[in-house]
This record gives sequence, C-alpha cells and structure tokens, in this order.
Amino acid sequence: MLTKRIIPCLDVINRRVTKGVKFQNNVDLGDPVEMAVRYSDGGCDELVVYDITASAERRPIDIGMVREVAEAIRIPFAVGGGIASVEDMSRVLLAGAEKISVNSLAVRDPGIIAEGSRAFGAQCIVLGMDPVASPDRARFPSGYEITTRGFRERAGLDAVEWAKRAEQLGAGEIVVNSVDADGTRAGFELTITRLIAEAVRVPVVASGGAGCPAHLRDAFNLARADAAIVAGMLHTGEYTIRQLKEALHADGVPIRMHW
Amino acid sequence: MIAIVDYKAGNLTSVQLAFRAIGRDAAVTSDPSTILAAERVVFPGVGAAGSAMRNLAAFGLSDVLKEVAARGTPFLGICLGTQILLDCSDEDGGTPTLGILPGRVPRFQPVDRWDKVPQIGWNQMRIARLHPLLDGIEDGSEFYFVHSFYPAPADPALAIGWTEYAGVTFASMLGRGNVAATQFHPEKSGRIGLRLLDNFARWAPAAAP
Repeated sequence: MLTKRIIPCLDVINRRVTKGVKFQNNVDLGDPVEMAVRYSDGGCDELVVYDITASAERRPIDIGMVREVAEAIRIPFAVGGGIASVEDMSRVLLAGAEKISVNSLAVRDPGIIAEGSRAFGAQCIVLGMDPVASPDRARFPSGYEITTRGFRERAGLDAVEWAKRAEQLGAGEIVVNSVDADGTRAGFELTITRLIAEAVRVPVVASGGAGCPAHLRDAFNLARADAAIVAGMLHTGEYTIRQLKEALHADGVPIRMHW
Repeated sequence: MIAIVDYKAGNLTSVQLAFRAIGRDAAVTSDPSTILAAERVVFPGVGAAGSAMRNLAAFGLSDVLKEVAARGTPFLGICLGTQILLDCSDEDGGTPTLGILPGRVPRFQPVDRWDKVPQIGWNQMRIARLHPLLDGIEDGSEFYFVHSFYPAPADPALAIGWTEYAGVTFASMLGRGNVAATQFHPEKSGRIGLRLLDNFARWAPAAAP
C-alpha cells in the first residue's frame, strides 16, 4: 500500500534554517545540511528546502546548498524560492533535487508550470499555494483566495480554480499551505485541503499548522491529503519523526516504518 | 566502471551521487563506445516514453543497449528506463520500445478517486523470487516510486517483486539473466535502495537472457 509521506520543511535564510510565524520573528535553528541528514536518518519520507528570502532579495537560489543537501541524503527533496525561469529549474535539478516548488512565480506567469513540466516532466513540478479564507463567495466560490509573496499580496484567484488550472498546465503535485494555520501548530486547515484534494487527480500535500500527530492523522483521513509538511513540532524537538510515525501507525494510517 | 546512460531523459545526478555514496565510480555518458566497454550499465530515466525513444535513436543508443543486454553485461533499468526495456508503452498514443524484455506498459486507471496518478511516494514490494539484487533486503520493504505507467511483463515469471497500486498488482521489479529492472528509484530509497545498488555493483549474473 502506498504510504502517507511526512515531509519536514527547512526554511533557509543565508544558509541557516529559521522558523517564524507567518514569515515574521525568525529564529535560527541550525545548518540546513545537518538538519537534512538528521531528518533523513530519522525516517522522514521526503524533504523540502525553501530559500525564503531569495525572491525578495531578487537573487538566484543558493545552488551550493542544494548540491550539499543532494550529496548528503538519499531520499527525494524539493526546492523552492528564488526560481525565476526554466533555466533556474534546470540548475536546481542538476544539483540533485528531485522537484521544484513554484508559488508566486506561477501566479505571475502560469506558463512556467507548462514549460517546466514539458522540459522535466510533471513529477518535477510542484505548485505551492498559500490560500486564505475569504468571505467574498462571488469572486472566490471555494471561500479561499490565493495570496503571494509570503502572504503579503492577494492574487485575486480562487484557490480551487487555481489548483485545477495548475494541474491542467502540468503540475505533478500541489502543496496547500494555509495562511490562517501557518505557524500556529493548531492543526492543518482541513477544509481547503480537502477541497483541493477532491478537485485534482494529482497528489496533494497539506502544509501549515502541524502541532501533534492527530493533526497529521486528520489531514490524511479527513482532508485526504497524500502527504503532510511539518516544521515547528520537529524543529523544537517536541517530537521526533519516529514518535510521529509510531502514533500514526498505531492509528491505522499507512506509514513507512522501516528505514 | 559503471556507465549511467544519459539520453536526456531526466536528471541523473541522484543516481551518480548514490553510487558515490557506496564508494562506486559511475560515469554519466551518452557515448556508445563507453557504454559498450562498461563493466555494468545503468539505464535510468524520467519523463515520457515517446521523447525518450526519439532521444535514444538520435544518440544511436537503441542497438547499443540491446547489444549490452544480449552479451551478458550486468544491466539495471530504473523507472522510465525499465518501461522502455519492454516491447511497447501505452504512453504518447502507443510507443514501440526496445523489446529487451517481453511485455507492455499500461497506464494506471484508478477506479477509486483517491488513488492519485502519478503514484508518488513509498510503497511496499513483495518479493516474487529470490534474486542477487535483493540480498539483505526484507520482503515488504518500501521503495520510492514516481510514475503513471507500470511494467506488465508478458510472463509473470519475469517478476522479481510485486507492488499494489490503484487496483492493480504490478511487477515493480523484473528481469531475467543479466537484466534487472525496477519501477521504483533505488537511488532515492534510502539505506535499502543503496543496498540494492551495492548488490548490483557486485552482481555476477550467470548468463545472458
């Protein structure tokens, strides 16, 4: 049986992993390569590394770091932040990443999804999206609007419509990172995650709000996510990946238990 | 020397890094004479079957791969490389492929709406028969998969391992003689995947198929 994936997220600023709430008040957590190795050895199923200030600083992604992570771990990882073109995607993949995550760039230029998918295959192209709840049902029938640039701007796109469009363009996976839940550790935003999971045929990854094993169980069982991103609950040392996996396994969730 | 065949079908960095991690020198190459001279050949790939076959033809590699397989060189297909070893793929409106192993490559047709395509993630393999590449690897071990199509060998006896997804049980590992092939990515399957690659690097198959 295909197992549900647990994906630690490393938010990197100047080659240091940091953690903030809604991209504010960032705290230094450690070296990205050391943390990638620790989580990989600890049993995570995949990793995602975001160079979170690359795009704001208008500089390319830190390829040296991508390469060091690729040399250090033997599980798949995705890279996001600072991707501005198909050439950037190619550099990240050649450095040894498996997937590229695009978010704000894809909102500005949806064609990049199609170009990347044609060039490298849909399995390489992950659409990251940051939906926020909206009362304006006339404009946003799903009840969620897409934001960009680290939640700073509203894109004027309905979240479900955007997910369907990205799938048509060739995205191989969709990460639903809830603006309202991000950093709260109060649980994933299950409603929008489930709406997206129902709307597309590609895998959906829940992101934002993980604080305890039951939150992941609900993302898998209730929101029907195929994978879940976790950050703070691991970074603080409150949980190990093994503890998370043992709790989910005991709850009957299909989980990879041997690594 | 291990040759990793480069035919512009995806990224081979992680395959090369995986061999490096077990202390094995592996060269990424498109050169027919280098591939023919290699002690072992790895044939990876991601992407679509149609463009992959066109690239193989453009590089003059189709006959080279058939010759390598026929003369007994230890040969490992991975993912799209594995699919292309069979006779034909349903991808791109039907694509004739190398025919090194008899069989075809259909697409997942899920009946359950929650079975997403592509299959992405770790799934178990039940071992169908003992094989040197599985030395030290337990029955039911999980490997990393990313694919929408799957190998369907003409003879189930070609299967080395079986995996279930989207209502089918497919040959996630297959082969005969000096040819072995995995639908999953051993290079991304952690410690267990490295064990399989290390087994391949030591493998001395008895005879050509």
